[in-house]
Amino acid sequence: MTSDPMTNHPMHVEGAATPVVTYRQALNDALRAELTRDKNVILLGEEIGIFEGSYKITAGLLTEFGPERVRDTPIAEEGFVGAAIGAAMLGMRPVVEIMTLNFSLIAIDQIVNHAAKIYGMFGGQTPVPMVIRMPGGGGQQLAATHSQNLEVWFAHIPGLKVVAPATPADAKALLLAAIRDNDPVIFLENLSLYNTKGEVPEGDLPAEIGRAAVAREGTDLTVITYSRATTVALQVARQLAEEGISIEVVDLRSLRPLDRETVCASVRKTSRAVVLEDDWLSYGVGAEISATLMEGAFDYLDAPVRRVAAAEVPLPYAKPLELAALPDANDLIKVIRELLDATRFTRQQQNR
Amino acid sequence: MAERRRAAAVQVSEPAAPTKAETTGAFPADEPAERLVDYYADMVLIRRFELSADQMYKRAKIGGYCHLNLGEEATVVGLMDALAPTDYLFTNYRDHGYALMRGLEPGRVMAELFGKSAGVSKGRGGSMHMFDAGARLMGGYGIVGGQIPPATGAALALTYRGKPGPDAEVVMCQMGDGTTNIGAFHESLNLAAVWHLPIVYVIVNNRLGMGTTVEAAAGEPDLYKRGCSYRIPGERVDGTDVVAVREGARRALDRARLQREPALLEVMSYRLRGHSVVDPARYSSAADVETAQAADPVPAMRRRLLAAGLLNDAKARHIEADADAKVAAAVAFADASPDPAPGRLFDYIYATPVANTSHSLPGDPAVVIP
Repeated sequence: MTSDPMTNHPMHVEGAATPVVTYRQALNDALRAELTRDKNVILLGEEIGIFEGSYKITAGLLTEFGPERVRDTPIAEEGFVGAAIGAAMLGMRPVVEIMTLNFSLIAIDQIVNHAAKIYGMFGGQTPVPMVIRMPGGGGQQLAATHSQNLEVWFAHIPGLKVVAPATPADAKALLLAAIRDNDPVIFLENLSLYNTKGEVPEGDLPAEIGRAAVAREGTDLTVITYSRATTVALQVARQLAEEGISIEVVDLRSLRPLDRETVCASVRKTSRAVVLEDDWLSYGVGAEISATLMEGAFDYLDAPVRRVAAAEVPLPYAKPLELAALPDANDLIKVIRELLDATRFTRQQQNR
Repeated sequence: MAERRRAAAVQVSEPAAPTKAETTGAFPADEPAERLVDYYADMVLIRRFELSADQMYKRAKIGGYCHLNLGEEATVVGLMDALAPTDYLFTNYRDHGYALMRGLEPGRVMAELFGKSAGVSKGRGGSMHMFDAGARLMGGYGIVGGQIPPATGAALALTYRGKPGPDAEVVMCQMGDGTTNIGAFHESLNLAAVWHLPIVYVIVNNRLGMGTTVEAAAGEPDLYKRGCSYRIPGERVDGTDVVAVREGARRALDRARLQREPALLEVMSYRLRGHSVVDPARYSSAADVETAQAADPVPAMRRRLLAAGLLNDAKARHIEADADAKVAAAVAFADASPDPAPGRLFDYIYATPVANTSHSLPGDPAVVIP
């Protein structure tokens, strides 16, 4: 298995059967591989051992590696996230699971004021090699406090690295990279991705943090997206291809650092850009991408950048309200059509 | 397990003696004279260093916040003498004296205060953020309570690389009295208890948060009892008596070292000045000030040593002059050190470099159009 040098996505090699696994299994495989490879890797989190994880990402690992390597913690996010920092400063490589991203707010002082600062503030004397894994996302009828997408809280902070893999392959490759990285890496999972399946190359193939991927090539319009929304964008791209509309999908994969070059290069080619994001609109990822395109592709844009983001409400429990608030394929298609119409797109333009 | 639980049942030790009782008393008979004189020299160095820092702040050589150890000299010296070079130390932002006593060059500590590249944290931390990996000073921390979970995690790391015993490495985590009210303190003590971590939590109780008294802030103002909920034994010692501090610290450290169990030590101390150099401490009454000054550990140590015949006036003056010379040299070193070059701004963004890391200065374009 290898990577396509153009897209940075894993590339299928002729004749080799690539296993198809779930996103959940890909994460589990990566954790097992790293626990096996490096004795300094330890897992910390609530209910990750005996209970095997709220979402079963750590299934089987306690049995295999024992309670010192796979350590159940009390309900104390600030305490155990901070403890991971101190352990990392002494050479361990802790991988922390926060049960859901929403609970990271209880640990925000340790993440923002400590994990992100210790390397630089002390003049580069101690790295903090740790990973904080946590699933976010709405759509599960978990109501307002358990359905958030707070990626920009972390992506805003220098000193952190923030990744948000969309596919099982990237989940594994980025987790391998995150655990080997000497900086604190926020590893954003999404509840609705855990059961998704995809080809995951076997073997030890860590991804490069800080690089976006062109998940699908196209010529008419670029959708810039990440995590769960990438799967929506790819589905929409396939659907619109049947109408002769060629959509390019850029999967950011890394929110800090942000691969602005790949985003701008794509839009300089397609001249149209839509951001599909699961976070709230104001001050969201789409705002940053739009500003990036103003600088890096202004003269190439045929129309203003559009954003498809979550409605700005605390997410309600009732299904019709939840569905109305979250961005989906229909919202994206509607905005793509509006943008194409506004720029007088016709299918002939494909051949320009 | 039941046996261990019984053994770990709460023990708290009442203070051996009221604070102040010692300040004129004799030293323990088996205490070597040279060591006591060395303690005095260390206390004087901290005192003179901090007075100089106060001056340098007022001359705008030092910026930001600046919290001094004035009045806490016996506490700092006693704690640091008990700590082995192989132990790890985490402190709060009132950290200059700890840095000096961990053996850091006064010049490099002063250079950090001056924001110079020769500073112990390369000028990136300042007063509140002294760090030295070699000295196992794992940082002064500016956020109240922020150091406690990482210190606890450092103790967790130690459980993976050694066994309990006389040579075991342990962690000391220093904090102020007000810190015992924050959640991080309680979460950390709980983790240390359930994971049996080799760590000593030291509360330097100078009786005031910034201006809020311990009694107004703490539901259990006998802070050494605050480990009770976690079956962590606590002891209170007189922070103006360097030997009492050292002995209390040794007992707590021994528990961490030999039994691999956490301990709590409360050190009753005084702040001779305001919370920071810019605080005139108007909330302190004349009586408060008098009490604190009467407990001032530096002249008290001098008086005790003179009374015990372990020091004469000439030798004391020599020690004081020596401290002044060291501090003057530290200031000169800091003054002469170069400022960090703006071109080095992005030196320590990441320990592992990755693609697309921003190096944009204010006003720079985020994207360069090819």
